[in-house]
Amino acid sequence: MIIKRKKLSLWERLYLPAMLGGFKVTVRHFFKKKVTMQYPEERWVVPEGYRGAPYLVKDQEGRTKCVSCQLCEFVCPPKAIRITPPGPTGVPGAGNVEKAPAEFEINMLRCIFCGFCQEVCPEEAIFLMQDYSLTGTGRDGMIYDKDKLLALGGVHNDQTRKWNRKAEEARAQGVKP
Amino acid sequence: MLTETMSTAATIETKPQPPPAEKIKVKVDGKEVAVPKTTPDPVTGKPLPTSMIQACAAANVIVPHYCYHPKLPVAGSCRMCLVEFGTPAIGPDRKPIVNPDGTTKISRALRPVIACATPVSPGMEIYTNTPAVRLMREGVLEFLLINHPLDCPICDQAGECKLQEYSVDYGNSESRFVEAKVHKPKRVELGPRIVLDDERCILCSRCIRFTRDVAGDDALGFVNRGSHSTLTAYPGRAFDNNYTLNTVDICPVGALTSKDFRFRMRVWFLKETRSLCTSCATGCNIVIGSREDAIYRYEPRENDAVNSCWMCDHGRLNYKWIGREDRLVEVRKREAEGRGQASGSRSAAPTWSAVLGEISQKLKAAEPGSIAIVASARQTNEELHLLAKLAKRLGALTDSVPRIAAGDKLLLNADRNPNSTGARLTGIAADPMGSNLPAIAGGIRSGRIKTLIVFGEDATKCGIDADLLDKLELLIASDILPNATTRRAHYLLPGCAHAEKRGTFTNTKGRVQKFLKAVEPRGDARPEWEYLHELLVNVTSRDGIASIEGVFNEMAKEVPAFSGLTWATLGDTGISAKI
Ligand code: SF4
Ligand code: SF4
Ligand code: FES
Repeated sequence: MIIKRKKLSLWERLYLPAMLGGFKVTVRHFFKKKVTMQYPEERWVVPEGYRGAPYLVKDQEGRTKCVSCQLCEFVCPPKAIRITPPGPTGVPGAGNVEKAPAEFEINMLRCIFCGFCQEVCPEEAIFLMQDYSLTGTGRDGMIYDKDKLLALGGVHNDQTRKWNRKAEEARAQGVKP
Repeated sequence: MLTETMSTAATIETKPQPPPAEKIKVKVDGKEVAVPKTTPDPVTGKPLPTSMIQACAAANVIVPHYCYHPKLPVAGSCRMCLVEFGTPAIGPDRKPIVNPDGTTKISRALRPVIACATPVSPGMEIYTNTPAVRLMREGVLEFLLINHPLDCPICDQAGECKLQEYSVDYGNSESRFVEAKVHKPKRVELGPRIVLDDERCILCSRCIRFTRDVAGDDALGFVNRGSHSTLTAYPGRAFDNNYTLNTVDICPVGALTSKDFRFRMRVWFLKETRSLCTSCATGCNIVIGSREDAIYRYEPRENDAVNSCWMCDHGRLNYKWIGREDRLVEVRKREAEGRGQASGSRSAAPTWSAVLGEISQKLKAAEPGSIAIVASARQTNEELHLLAKLAKRLGALTDSVPRIAAGDKLLLNADRNPNSTGARLTGIAADPMGSNLPAIAGGIRSGRIKTLIVFGEDATKCGIDADLLDKLELLIASDILPNATTRRAHYLLPGCAHAEKRGTFTNTKGRVQKFLKAVEPRGDARPEWEYLHELLVNVTSRDGIASIEGVFNEMAKEVPAFSGLTWATLGDTGISAKI
C-alpha cells in the first residue's frame, strides 16, 4: 500500500504561527498555581481506598491471620506470591485454626497492585495498603518475606473473629475445639 | 513359593465374568438407552438388578451423589441422588396403554426415588433435571451443611470436594441456619496414616463399606445418633490395614485426610500425570500429582483390568526417594588401576557423549564371553530390550535381580519388581530370575569375566561382593541413587526415576502398560533408554530411531509376546500381552 504524503498548506509551512500557539500554552501555565511536588521531600497524601503494596496482617491476639489456603497465590496474575504450606504437622499451638504459612513471599517487582489477593482472601489476611514507592538495593531485597510483610501490615481490627467464635461454641458443647 | 503367593493375589481381573445379561430399554431425560437387566455386584460379583444411576451413567447423565460409589455396595443414605421417574401405564387388560399418537403412556410416579438403589424396569423413564429434582438437591445440601464447619480455607479437600462442587451447582448461596452447630472431634488420628475431622463428615459410610467389603478389615463404624453420629474406629483398634489411604480418595469431603499429604500443597496446583506404581508386580495405575518438579502424591487411577479404583498404602507412599538429596546427578568417570585409584580420583567433568563413546570403544574391543550384565526388573520393557540386544551382540551373560517380600490377597504382590515379566519376556533375566547371578560372580572370581554392566541394582547385595567388583577391569553402573556398586564404578551413568521419563512395564499378568513423564530429570541424568539406545547404535554401528515410541514399536516386532502392540494402541490402561 502506498500512502500519499499530504502537501502542507502555506499556513502550516509558515512555522511561526504553530510556534506561537505552543508558546501561549507555556505562558499560561507559567502564571498558574504550581502542581509539581518536590518528591521525595514533599509527599502526596494517599487517599482512602488506595491500592498500594499488599501486606499481611495479624489479628488482635497477634495470630497471623493467613491460613495458607494459597488462593492468592493461585489468583495473582503476575505470580508474585509464593507460599510454603506448613506441612503435615500443621502449626503447633494454633488450636482450631490448624494452619499458617511456613513462609510467605511477595515479589514486589512482579506485583502489579491489582488487589486480587485481597479480594480472594477468605480470611481477611492480606490487604493492599498505602505504600506505593518501594525501593531496594537488589532484586532479592524486593522479595518481601513473611516477617517483613507482617511487620509492615500491622494489626487488623477484625470484628468477626470466626475462629474464636467457633472455639467458644465447641467448648460450650464440651468438645475440644 | 513365589508362584503360589502370586496366584492367590486375586485382583479384579480374576473375578468370574457372568454371562451377558438380557438388555432392557429405559429413557433417561428423553434419551433411550439399553442397559443389562442385571449388573454384577462390584464386590461379590453376584448379579444385581441394574440401578437407575447405572442406567443414567450409560446415558452419560451424571446424577449427583455422595454415598454411591460404583465399586462399593449401595448404602442409599445421603439422598443426593433423588430423581423422578415414570413407568408405562398398564390398562385393565394388563397391557401398556398406548397414547393416541402411538407412544406408550407413561404414568409418572408421585414421589421421587434414590437413583442409586432403585432398579430399572422395562420402559421406565427417568427425569434427572426437573424443577422438583433441583429443589430436592438444594434441600439435601442445606441439611448437609447445617453442621458442616465450612472451614474450606484450611481443608485439604478444597478444590476436589463434592460438597463444594454440588453446593456451587445446586446449593444456596446463603445459610438460613442461625443456631449453634453441633461440634464433634477434630484432628482425630484414625490410624497411622489417616487424620479424621468428624465435623466435616457427611456420614455417607463410603469409608466403612470400603474397609469392610473391599479391604476386608471391618475397622470403622458410626457411633451415637442423629446429628451427633460420629465416625470412629472400633475402640482399641487402629485403622492401619495396607489400604487405608483409599478411604481418603473416596471420602467425598475433607473428613478423612492423608497424614502424608496433609497441609503440603493445595490440590489445584498439582499437575496430574498418568503413571504406574513401581512398588510391586501388580502395576497399579496411578496419577502423579506434582508441582514444579516436586512430587506431592500418588493417587490410584481406575483400571478394571488391574487395580479397579484402589492402590495399597505401601505403594502410594513410596515416592519420596525420587526427591532425595543424594540422587546421582552427574556422569562420572573413575580412573582405573594406577593413579589415585584408592581415592577414586575423577578426571575433569566428563560429558555424556565422551563417556558413551569410550564405553562403546571398550565394549567393542572386549573379547566375547568376558562381559556380564546385571539388569534390574525395575527397568522398563524398552530398556530391558535394548540391554538384551546389547547383551546378544556382546555375547554377555545376563540376569536380573529378584525382589521378594510378603504379598497380600488384594493388590500387593509378593514380587516387588514392577517389571519381572518384562525382564523374562525380553530375555534379560535367567529362568528362574537370579539363577545366573552366582555364575556371574564365579566368572569374575575366575577372571573370565572382566567387564560388568550393572543397571539399577547394587551388585554387592546380590552375591557379587565388593572385592569381586574391584577385580573387574571395567565396571559400568547406571543408577538413580548411590550405593556400593556406583561408588566403585569406572563409569557412572545417572538414570531417571519412572516419574522422569516415559516407558512401559509388563505386570505380573502380562498387561503392558505405559507411564508418562511427570517431572524433569535431576541434573545431568538422562532416561536409560536414551543412552542405551545410543550405546547400541555405537556398538552395532547401525542407525536407530531415537524416540520412545520408535523403541517400543521396534521391540514389539522383535519380542514375540509383544507382537502386534504399538505405543499408540496401549492407550491409558494398557493391553494384555500373550504370555
Ligand atoms: S496485588 Fe495483585 S499482583 Fe500484587 S500480590 Fe496481590 S494479586 Fe499479586
Ligand atoms: S469420613 Fe468421609 S467417607 Fe467416611 S462416612 Fe464420613 S464423609 Fe463418608
Ligand atoms: S447416592 Fe443415592 S442415596 Fe446417596
